[in-house]
Amino acid sequence: MSDIEARVKEIVVEQLGVNADEVTADASFIDDLGADSLDTVELVMALEEAFECEIPDEEAEKITTVKEAVAYINSVQS
Amino acid sequence: MIYSRIAGTGSYLPEKFLTNVDLESMVETSDEWITDRTGIKKRHIVASDETTTDLAYYAAKNAISAAELKPRDIDMIIVATTTPTRIFPSTAALVQEKLGIHGCPAFDIQAVCTGFVYALTVADKFIKSGSAKNVLVIGAETLSRIVDWTDRNTCVLFGDGAGAVVLQASAEPGILSTHIHCDGSFNNLLHVPTGPGSAITEDPAYIEMQGNDVFKVAVKTLSKIVDETLEANQLDKHDIDWLIPHQANIRIIAATAKKLSMSMDSVVVTVQDHGNTSAASIPLALDVAVRDGRIKRGETLLLEAFGGGFTWGSALIKF
Repeated sequence: MSDIEARVKEIVVEQLGVNADEVTADASFIDDLGADSLDTVELVMALEEAFECEIPDEEAEKITTVKEAVAYINSVQS
Repeated sequence: MIYSRIAGTGSYLPEKFLTNVDLESMVETSDEWITDRTGIKKRHIVASDETTTDLAYYAAKNAISAAELKPRDIDMIIVATTTPTRIFPSTAALVQEKLGIHGCPAFDIQAVCTGFVYALTVADKFIKSGSAKNVLVIGAETLSRIVDWTDRNTCVLFGDGAGAVVLQASAEPGILSTHIHCDGSFNNLLHVPTGPGSAITEDPAYIEMQGNDVFKVAVKTLSKIVDETLEANQLDKHDIDWLIPHQANIRIIAATAKKLSMSMDSVVVTVQDHGNTSAASIPLALDVAVRDGRIKRGETLLLEAFGGGFTWGSALIKF
């Protein structure tokens, strides 16, 4: 697991209050981890803070799993 | 140096209230949905013959008594409201009449949910400059009159009520600092799209809100204004005894407290009982916590608000 993936999982666990083993790469924040719309906004804000980036709304809407979050962060950091 | 201090607080809520269960029979919603996303359990709603002036007047009377003053001691009235009783004259003028006093300046301030912080700022400046001694500062709203009762995303959020303080000239602080801001480029995210001076359109005269966008900007902005306030006073977040936020949504309040690493035990929360009462929410929450004995003289209070405009602001106060 990459450092970014580990950090993203950590943030998801903290923001959504779920167990680490539920947070698989493909788990959907809303459908599998019980997030509501405000949770996803807070999650994106936490990712922005942790990775020091701005995630525009149209990109944020596409981030629905850990895998998608990691892919986005990799794309802006490379 | 003249300072201004809060000599007394008061508030008033209309008798009638709607619970989440009541709303379930009005729009497609549920108690669980509303509670999870907003923390609101009930909101007070004005009677059909009640006005913003009435709510403001009752809150003002309570604040004047708490300050051990008489209405004639008041030398300025400022009402923060988004829902004035009439287009004109100001609600402050109507409150003055009800108080039976004449001649002192009286005017309204419109900064939506930040209105009370704006009004407090203006009152503080008048006192510090020696132009006023006992200023009645009121936040009063009848938001139920500008809510679209068929829109389940907004109608569950708002309530009616009023809160007031008497701000008094004093040799000791008092208000330590106030900070107010606006960025009009966000005007469309939270607004009523029409008014008496707008072009003739079919736009509805109801509150419209892009909830998720407002949430995001609110949380970011509120933590910034808290930092700005602490820095201006060379204080640390541990020096704050009570955070008294604008009561819009428990999720915004909790996110702000978390960013401040403040325990929710030090945050005055009334949103569950009042909903979002815009300019009235901070003075209402302040009065609740003063009267139930939580807030004591000498404690340091941080008031903060965020609302349509966007406007935002804070006040640091030694109570």
